[in-house]
Amino acid sequence: MVFALAVTALAACAGQPAADEASSGSSDTIKVGILHSLSGTMAISEVTVKDAELLAIDEINAAGGVLGKKLRPVVEDGASDWPTFAEKATKLIAQDRVAAVFGGWTSASRKAMLPVFEKRKALLWYPVQYEGLESSPYIFYTGATTNQQIVPALDYLKEQGEKKLFLVGSDYVFPRTANKIIKAYAAANGMEILGEEYTPLGHTEYGTLVNKIAEAKPDAVFNTLNGDSNVAFFKQLKSAGIGADQIPAMSVSVAEEEVKAIGPDNIAGHLVAWNYYQTTETPENEKFVAAFKAKYGADKVTSDPMEAGYNAVYLWAEAVEKAGTTDVEAVKKAAAGVGLDRPEGKVTIDGDNQHVYKTARIGVIQPDGQIKEVWNSGEPIKPDPYLKTYSWAGGLV
Amino acid sequence: MTAPEEPVRRWRGTAGFAAVFSAVAVLALVAAPLLLEPFRLGLLAKYLCYAIVALGIGLAWGQGGMLTLGQGVFFGLGGYAMGMYLKLNDAGGDLPDFMVWSGVEELPALWKPFANPVFAPAMVVVLPVAVALLLGTLVFRQRVRGAYFAILTQALAAALVILLVGQQGLTGGTNGLTNFFGFFGHDVAADETQRGLYLLVAAVLGALYLGARQLVRSRFGRLLLAVRDGEDRVRFLGYDPAVVKTLTFAVSAGMAGIAGALFVPVVGIISPALLGVVPSLELVVAVAVGGRFELAGAVLGAVVMGYARTYFSEELPDAWLYLQGALFVLVMTLAPKGLAGLAAGLVRRREARA
Repeated sequence: MVFALAVTALAACAGQPAADEASSGSSDTIKVGILHSLSGTMAISEVTVKDAELLAIDEINAAGGVLGKKLRPVVEDGASDWPTFAEKATKLIAQDRVAAVFGGWTSASRKAMLPVFEKRKALLWYPVQYEGLESSPYIFYTGATTNQQIVPALDYLKEQGEKKLFLVGSDYVFPRTANKIIKAYAAANGMEILGEEYTPLGHTEYGTLVNKIAEAKPDAVFNTLNGDSNVAFFKQLKSAGIGADQIPAMSVSVAEEEVKAIGPDNIAGHLVAWNYYQTTETPENEKFVAAFKAKYGADKVTSDPMEAGYNAVYLWAEAVEKAGTTDVEAVKKAAAGVGLDRPEGKVTIDGDNQHVYKTARIGVIQPDGQIKEVWNSGEPIKPDPYLKTYSWAGGLV
Repeated sequence: MTAPEEPVRRWRGTAGFAAVFSAVAVLALVAAPLLLEPFRLGLLAKYLCYAIVALGIGLAWGQGGMLTLGQGVFFGLGGYAMGMYLKLNDAGGDLPDFMVWSGVEELPALWKPFANPVFAPAMVVVLPVAVALLLGTLVFRQRVRGAYFAILTQALAAALVILLVGQQGLTGGTNGLTNFFGFFGHDVAADETQRGLYLLVAAVLGALYLGARQLVRSRFGRLLLAVRDGEDRVRFLGYDPAVVKTLTFAVSAGMAGIAGALFVPVVGIISPALLGVVPSLELVVAVAVGGRFELAGAVLGAVVMGYARTYFSEELPDAWLYLQGALFVLVMTLAPKGLAGLAAGLVRRREARA
């Protein structure tokens, strides 16, 4: 009976761990939230972004912190589960009173967190390329929107004379929206879409799909598969005898980390579109790669979402310095126009839509697992999440 | 025909536990809004939603021996019915946001009736009950039971997730339905609304618990126990076990539906991730931890496991899953009948000593 009492009381009181701890405004530290999936299917990707964000916090602290205060990260696990992201975001804002949250990967996790940040007027820094068509006043998007990744990838394919495309994607909002954009682009640019296929997240049986591609004989495949599926897809594509020299695949969710998992042998020669590669040649990137390896191990690779997460912390810190406070509205105002030299080159926050100017880069996967840049946009592209400046995209939104 | 005489001695321990549990639970639930900050109160409301599902599992599995691994299906039907209503209400005649970015131009016919503030809440119960009645009629008549029934319910959960994810324009796909603003005229994010919702959830749980307890104590409840422990004997006595099981399964499905509908305004999202195989299993695990032979145990298990998940994941974000698993293994090893079994044992021993 005593036991039952104790358990019930414990459960009902749903304790307030850390409730009395100092809020973000304590004298010598500023709390920031880190919210990524540390368990579940997305953990393999998101843990690397968490690591990069923690590296940025370490570096900023070593250089004296922000407004003379040290940053203190509060790490939470989104568990690859969208409602958990919303719950943990609420916890970071309401209980830990963090000054900003860096987190999310999938669009679903961002969509689940968006109402939390908007209703509580707190800041989320979201570090992954996504499908656009969004600009929440309480989210900063440091990954690419469609006109900084998908549109340049299409421009590149068109330039290379790849006119017949086959679309392959995981069944969720990013691939479906991306393909809507690709079809509109194709219609306006004399390109032809030979097929459009979706498989559930985590799907690993690609025999039928590979056969369809072999039959359709496209010039190129546009691949928006996410996560583990890429491993199975590229292995089965290769074993069906379809090489990158016959039908190259342009992937927008395959970076250095995924190449390692797929096996460079299986994917070498195929194309990817991002804003950053580990091989990108800037002095900032040399420092970033060296620091990351020093902290987490020499066998670690760096990738675009990691770099975007790493940048997010620096951009926020810069905006806070400029504002002279961590107050959300003041930081938002100060963030407009903030520009920094980052590993990918110059990034600048667009004050209107809170995305950043980014340089688009097309790369070819090398047999050693690294990615060699074969084309870039020359200068950072202005973010245009609603594709308002593209006439062919008129009917999309 | 008279019911078999109740084995009084065996029941006293559990009755004592139920009484103590009810008293403590009512006190704790009433005190919670005064003691907890709004965020923690919201979490408690979420655990209580799960406790409503667990109550249904306790009824179907603990009392009726039907191991249902797919309660997420019914939770989801209730949740989506409520989510659709709230979404349409927020949109106020326009298309819900996700349809716009999914390229849907006209409100699908399936959605239209869910704008009605009477029809949608009715569907919260009607849909799960109808599905359970249909499934139960098909399955229990064929004398499908045990592992086969469990696999079937699990397959149903997996199938529903695939269906929801695939129909993005109709269901919001993987994202599910989120970003709600109003709840029957109240701002859903406001602290007062959330406090009211907590009280509503607690009251619904209390009412359903009392109802379920009456059901278990009734003749129907004894028949259910008899079906669990010797289905063939019950059949030889002239009863139809299929009817008993189907009705019980439908009641548990209705509870899950109500829980799903309450969950939506409390948590602010309903998505396929909440009703697949894994969450369905997690609830069965919670019932096992709490003690499946006691309705109070099922409720307790859901709250304990919900709280443990929050606590462990906040304290040790990198390793909480191991702790959660260890808790399950520990309870199952030390107390195969769950926490309620353990507590009832203690009460019995004390009474024996007195």
